Amino acid sequence: MFPDSKIPEGPIGEKWDKHKFDVKLVNPANKRKYDIIIVGTGLAGASAAASLAELGYNVKAFSFHDSPRRAHSIAAQGGINAAKNYQNDGDSVFRLFYDTVKGGDYRSREANVYRLAQVSVNIIDQCVAQGVPFAREYGGLLANRSFGGAQVSRTFYARGQTGQQLLLGAYSALSRQIAYGKVKMYTRSEMLDLVVVDGKARGIVTRNLITGDIETHAAHAVILATGGYGNVFYLSTNAKYCNVTAAWRAHKKGAFFANPCFTQIHPTCIPVSGDYQSKLTLMSESLRNDGRVWVPKEKSVAERLRKGEIRVADIKEADRDYFLERKYPAFGNLVPRDVASRNAKLMCDEGRGVGSTGLAVYLDFADSIKRNGADWVAAKYGNLFEMYEKITGENPYELPMRIYPAVHYTMGGLWVDYNLQTTVPGLYAAGECNFSDHGANRLGASALMQGLADGYFVIPYTIGDYLAKTPPTPVTTQDPAFAEAEAGVRARIDQLMSINGTRTPTEFHKALGHIMWEYCGMARSAEGLRHAKAEIQKLKREFWSDLKVVGVNADLNQTLESAGRVADFIELGELMVDDALDRNESCGGHFREEYQTPEGEALRNDDDYAYVAAWEYQGENQPEKLNKEELQFENVKLTQRSYK
Amino acid sequence: MSWISKTFSSSIGRKIIVAITGLFLCSFLVVHLIGNLQLFKHDDGVAFNIYSHFMGTNPVIRTVEWVLLLGFGFHIYEAWALFSRNRSARSVAYVSNHSEQNSRWQSRNMSLLGTIILVFLLVHLYNFFYRARFGELDPDINNNDDLYTLVVSSFHQWWYVALYVLAQVALCYHLLHGFKSAFQTLGLNHRKYTPAIEVIGYAFSIIVCLGFAIMPLYFFFFTNEQGEPLSAVAPLVDSINLALK
Amino acid sequence: MAGSNPNAKPMNLTLKVWRQKNRNSEGKIVDYQVKDISPDMSFLEMLDVLNEDLLHRGEEPVAFDHDCREGICGSCNLFINGRAHGPEKGTTTCQLHMRKFSDGDTITIEPWRANSFPVNKDLSVDRSAFDRIIQAGGYISINTGGTPDANEIPIPKEISDRAFEAATCIGCGACVAACKNASAMLFVSAKVSQLALLPQGHVERKSRVENMVAQMDKEGFGACTNIGSCAAECPVGISLENIAILNREFLAAKATSNNLS
Repeated sequence: MFPDSKIPEGPIGEKWDKHKFDVKLVNPANKRKYDIIIVGTGLAGASAAASLAELGYNVKAFSFHDSPRRAHSIAAQGGINAAKNYQNDGDSVFRLFYDTVKGGDYRSREANVYRLAQVSVNIIDQCVAQGVPFAREYGGLLANRSFGGAQVSRTFYARGQTGQQLLLGAYSALSRQIAYGKVKMYTRSEMLDLVVVDGKARGIVTRNLITGDIETHAAHAVILATGGYGNVFYLSTNAKYCNVTAAWRAHKKGAFFANPCFTQIHPTCIPVSGDYQSKLTLMSESLRNDGRVWVPKEKSVAERLRKGEIRVADIKEADRDYFLERKYPAFGNLVPRDVASRNAKLMCDEGRGVGSTGLAVYLDFADSIKRNGADWVAAKYGNLFEMYEKITGENPYELPMRIYPAVHYTMGGLWVDYNLQTTVPGLYAAGECNFSDHGANRLGASALMQGLADGYFVIPYTIGDYLAKTPPTPVTTQDPAFAEAEAGVRARIDQLMSINGTRTPTEFHKALGHIMWEYCGMARSAEGLRHAKAEIQKLKREFWSDLKVVGVNADLNQTLESAGRVADFIELGELMVDDALDRNESCGGHFREEYQTPEGEALRNDDDYAYVAAWEYQGENQPEKLNKEELQFENVKLTQRSYK
Repeated sequence: MSWISKTFSSSIGRKIIVAITGLFLCSFLVVHLIGNLQLFKHDDGVAFNIYSHFMGTNPVIRTVEWVLLLGFGFHIYEAWALFSRNRSARSVAYVSNHSEQNSRWQSRNMSLLGTIILVFLLVHLYNFFYRARFGELDPDINNNDDLYTLVVSSFHQWWYVALYVLAQVALCYHLLHGFKSAFQTLGLNHRKYTPAIEVIGYAFSIIVCLGFAIMPLYFFFFTNEQGEPLSAVAPLVDSINLALK
Repeated sequence: MAGSNPNAKPMNLTLKVWRQKNRNSEGKIVDYQVKDISPDMSFLEMLDVLNEDLLHRGEEPVAFDHDCREGICGSCNLFINGRAHGPEKGTTTCQLHMRKFSDGDTITIEPWRANSFPVNKDLSVDRSAFDRIIQAGGYISINTGGTPDANEIPIPKEISDRAFEAATCIGCGACVAACKNASAMLFVSAKVSQLALLPQGHVERKSRVENMVAQMDKEGFGACTNIGSCAAECPVGISLENIAILNREFLAAKATSNNLS
């Protein structure tokens, strides 16, 4: 029997209010008797840590960074959605909810998404009160812009650095609680296992990344806010340290992993330039508001361009194919990310790609510069243009940008119920680390919204319900489960250190990334996925017999850190392939070549696949068990997405 | 009153004292320079000696002198305190450091410049101030102490002139940084006024130091041992004096 | 293109890298050769090449801090050829690309040097002093919930933009590294002026500046002497005007607050 998703009864607009009333409360005097561990201090983790500490709980927060301010939330560029309707353009909570469910290709839970839209307005209030300097109009009120996939302007932004400003806001709130002593902050501390006592999450095992010390920490509840797993592809827009280890360890201790194959490929990234490439850089999709995407109409022209025989300027307007505008006249360059990405891939597959590798399309600002002036463009996108020039050495005011899709976000993650609790009681997951709100595809400017919604406005309510039922007696690390988990972590480190093979963690990671991108990336097929599964299993065997790590554990050892993370990525990769194989339909970020319309659009199968695939770990090298949470749509009509 | 001592022993507090005393010392430089211009009055030092007598005896000036002493004292002490604090903030030096690519030499070497100025100041004080106040100078025709003659004879010693000019170069660089820096320290940075402050600072540094440096150079190169202009330049000096009248 | 310049030739370089086992040991410069470096590589990708090479030879790779590799997280912190984040203005180490160097160059790579930033290992330093300064007051003391509508207080766009400019500080510590005095004033001033400019920050502006400056001094950073290296090397262009604002805020707070200690 599938665990209860605990969606409250009643009309969608009343569920959250009703639930907030129904959940049990912890007496204010008792709150200080509860300890809560939070792993990860990005947007979701820092906001949860601050909010829970403000309520009076004792929080222990863990980050593998040297400071909470380094979390990868900081790199989000475009903005954060909120149903404020400040622009008087017809926005509402229901519209944000509707757009998010539709944008997610009807694979998300209605009740969660509606709550997200509801609390979105509080997030903006909260952030402004914290001193987040959002963009403003001359009259002093907040500015908004429209963002990929939305027909209203509901995105709040701080130039191209919205994530930075929001994270620093949450970081400041967290810092305040650290100063008060309500949060004990553990930096450079990586969670390597979850401790479960009597079926409940009771603590974690960590490694101090400077000294190598293995430590155990106990608490009444554990919240994971450890971000996404996009680095399973090796090359992604994620930061280098982003990893799945904490979530994967929790998965192996009983937390279901939901929809792992739902990964978002972002259409506007700077293309790969060589084998040495260590990561990909996103250019905010807000660029698509004013830039036009095109490739040469003729393959032969594209070929000559790639060889450097002709220049961009030599291609006449009539010989350019603005393919998004041509195929999707209603949305044009602003179609959702998955559609834009797939079309870029199609163009390159047709041989019309640009750049020396042929794996890029143009994003051209010439028209916008002509219409509005270079200064206007600079004011809006200046920092992005600078970044592009630094990386490529090309000036985007003169030459069109070259862009190509790259892995950006993972909609899948730990399965959680309405309370954001995983299938392990007392273990919660917040932010990108859970699967909750984005279905098969996330809309632009919704990741920041979800991270902060979970941390500021959902977990502080829902965790009380669990804690109220847990006795406020002190927790310790005395239980044998702690020693056992710690011994397991030590044994694994020893094993990694002792293989003494020939290939580095990075080499394995690249090999894994290649398999994943090739067979489980923008387009997938049953045949390819089966091939990938065999390849991954082979890679796993090679990893555990041929890995090379030097140095010692009792030291800052970045190779060892990386090795442990790659080992988990390999296992996750296999599960992603299983999940992609199971889902015989195309939806959102999951495109199966066998399931497409005659025009090449994604073909969903709502009759058979309107479920959340929640995978249950069955033991080492055992196939995981698939559990299905059937999705109910009562407020949104399932339609084939059309952006034409 | 621990808040006062805490304020002024903080890094910013000390800086503020250096800035305030620095600007005060700038005002002293102006007064000193204008007074010393009497040296150029072609009258065998009569006016200069009246001026120096006034400076040495007027009760108001004598009081301000103590303030000036305090100004120097605080400026030097606080600057030294900052210097030693800053040195101890980085005990391992860079193997390779190209700070010349990100800042001006004088800004990084204010302590060195200040030390040169201090050495000069001690010599200068001993030579003129101490001997005027506590020594035995011959009277001039008005029965004032004849400091003028001492100045003229000092300015005919090459090493003294060299020290004097070197000190003025050091002072000039010290002011090039110090003048505008004082405003920055006091929080007076505004996009409207800061450019003006920078221009004034430049002009001030150069004019004041040039003014002081011209004195020994003039006497060394263009006058005889009595301060009479050499015949080659006498007409020029006469015409300047005439114009100034 | 592979990247941008088809004519760019691979480079061979000599690296002089600071190696230090841990906080308590002595460090020294060690020479390494790297070959076939593409001009389109980022500086850190060049170090990746070195590290993979070291690993294959069974030597310990060079430890350095990095994460986002897109210039925003503030993790990367290398002192390259005598400059914080290297020779390119307004650029973090991760965004510095090898096309700024030439074949045959010798590149000296050191960690940030300041007693307040002790070396963890090799090129990695501990910048937790910055966190403690923020903990001393770099926030607005409001709890989650109960905040007024975001549009309740209009803020002039110009003020908001200036606050934003100050708020873009990435906390990398280049200001401290570049400063002759190892002063953290630019970092502290960026946060103080951001919050002093915004009406939301006015409530606590006096105690904030007093506490943050006290913590800054306690951490052992040097004092600002307006040299200007910090702003010149700041990868995100935090301006010296912020330090003037900090000085002003400090003076005003000390003169008018009711805090007697």
